Amino acid sequence: MVDFFWQTLWPIIIILAQSVLLLVALLIFIAYILLADRKIWAAVQMRRGPNVVGPFGLLQSFADLLKFVLKEPIIPAGANKGVFLLAPLVTCVLALAAWAVIPVHPGWSIAEINVGILYIFAISSLMVYGVIMAGWASNSKYPFLAALRSAAQMVSYEVSIGFVIITVLLCAGSLNLTKIVEAQNGPWGMFQWYWLPLLPMFVVFYISALAETNRPPFDLVEAESELVAGFMVEYSSTPYLLFMLGEYVAIVTMCAMGTILFLGGWLPPFDVAPFNWLPGIVWFVIKVCFMFFLFAMAKAIVPRYRYDQLMRLGWKVFLPLSLVMVVAVAAVLHFTGWAPK
Amino acid sequence: MMTVPAFFFYLFSAIAVASAFMVIAGRNPVHSVLWLILTFVNAAGLFLLVGAEFLAMILVVVYVGAVAVLFLFVVMMLDVDFAELREGFLQYLPIGALVGFVFLVELVLVVGTWVVGPGIASAIKAPIPNAAQVTNTEAIGRVLYTTYVHYFQIAGLVLLVAMIGAIVLTLHHRVNVKRQSISSQNARTRDTAIEVVKVKTGEGI
Repeated sequence: MVDFFWQTLWPIIIILAQSVLLLVALLIFIAYILLADRKIWAAVQMRRGPNVVGPFGLLQSFADLLKFVLKEPIIPAGANKGVFLLAPLVTCVLALAAWAVIPVHPGWSIAEINVGILYIFAISSLMVYGVIMAGWASNSKYPFLAALRSAAQMVSYEVSIGFVIITVLLCAGSLNLTKIVEAQNGPWGMFQWYWLPLLPMFVVFYISALAETNRPPFDLVEAESELVAGFMVEYSSTPYLLFMLGEYVAIVTMCAMGTILFLGGWLPPFDVAPFNWLPGIVWFVIKVCFMFFLFAMAKAIVPRYRYDQLMRLGWKVFLPLSLVMVVAVAAVLHFTGWAPK
Repeated sequence: MMTVPAFFFYLFSAIAVASAFMVIAGRNPVHSVLWLILTFVNAAGLFLLVGAEFLAMILVVVYVGAVAVLFLFVVMMLDVDFAELREGFLQYLPIGALVGFVFLVELVLVVGTWVVGPGIASAIKAPIPNAAQVTNTEAIGRVLYTTYVHYFQIAGLVLLVAMIGAIVLTLHHRVNVKRQSISSQNARTRDTAIEVVKVKTGEGI
């Protein structure tokens, strides 16, 4: 019995504790990312943004949380109740599940799996179910049309993200996230991270990530000013909160993915005195914040795309471009002998 | 005492079988597709348990992330009248039962004459390349792009032909439809788009 406890239960307890710790840290981070999003947006438009709850509005996200949770959830009479409530849960749980494999510091990931990048890709390809299920279960034409629209958008941009990942994998020679970060380590510091050698792919990744997470300028999923609130029209209170939370977690996941694939993960910019004093996790968080700042600025300064232009960009510009880049990168690696191993 | 992998094996397979049953038992076709997705995910879990993590992830990306989405699209857009569906149930029962019976007999015949290849047992014990040294992504890549590269490319070609066929069948080039020409739109400059006209009062342009 004692053996059973130490060999079987104890590892499970440790993994559970690690997961809870990660989730709490992540959710608090998300609360402030949300606030930062609004503050940056406000600053660009010369407003003050949320500044009432707590000093400088620091507690605004928590006040919003309380407001959402305490309101009454309204379920439309004609809705398919089970699927209607399942959809926000699917969105939120999947978004959080992706963080199981993300290494925020050397060795600090809950599951160190060989196909980490594929796992994240698989999870993000499942995110579309939250949207489709919500649109269908609402049993109303506006959410349904919006769900079809946004599902098509998310599926389209997944293709180009897939090819971007393939070019990085070609350079790194592994699907393991830790090894991808380590492959970017070298004497040239930050100029050896993949953002510079694969600069076009970094740009494609950034724009596709905006579209994949339904951020402005590609927020046709929501487009409150012209198309009501997309697939979430019928949602209120906690289910709506779960959608919002899932959306922001997915955004931060994309930022973390960009950090790992292109910005050298936890590596310091240069491996010299003042830079390598900071632990890896601090660099990781700084880089994620930088990526998110880019996301937030795009929201503030770029007007919304039209839907047909969005589709054209995905299929007629990014797909051929990334395909050509996959071939070009493979050819360069092969003929120069730089290919790993 | 049940070990953790055994526990998860029974969990995944029980859910997979139960949800596969729900696929055919469900009244609502959309629910059926959702149950089918649950079956796929649990099959991926079973792949993970035997250490085939690459296959598991590909199963999720391709079948759940792409194929099942298309299923769901099609099924959701069908306007299904459930009452009418149930009316015809007894009428189609004999044919359905016959097809099911034939399928069952075929399965029994196939499984009954199953012969395990002579070298399989030793190959499982000592796989080449050694499973401890390469990840299974690499192991699959090594055979797929060397020994089986022609089959792999033929499969790709078949898919390409199918894709082009589907596009040709559904593409109707209608005339008299206003289309956008992005290049001509981008080529517009201030000179070609704007004209400054002095308008005399009361005359118009």
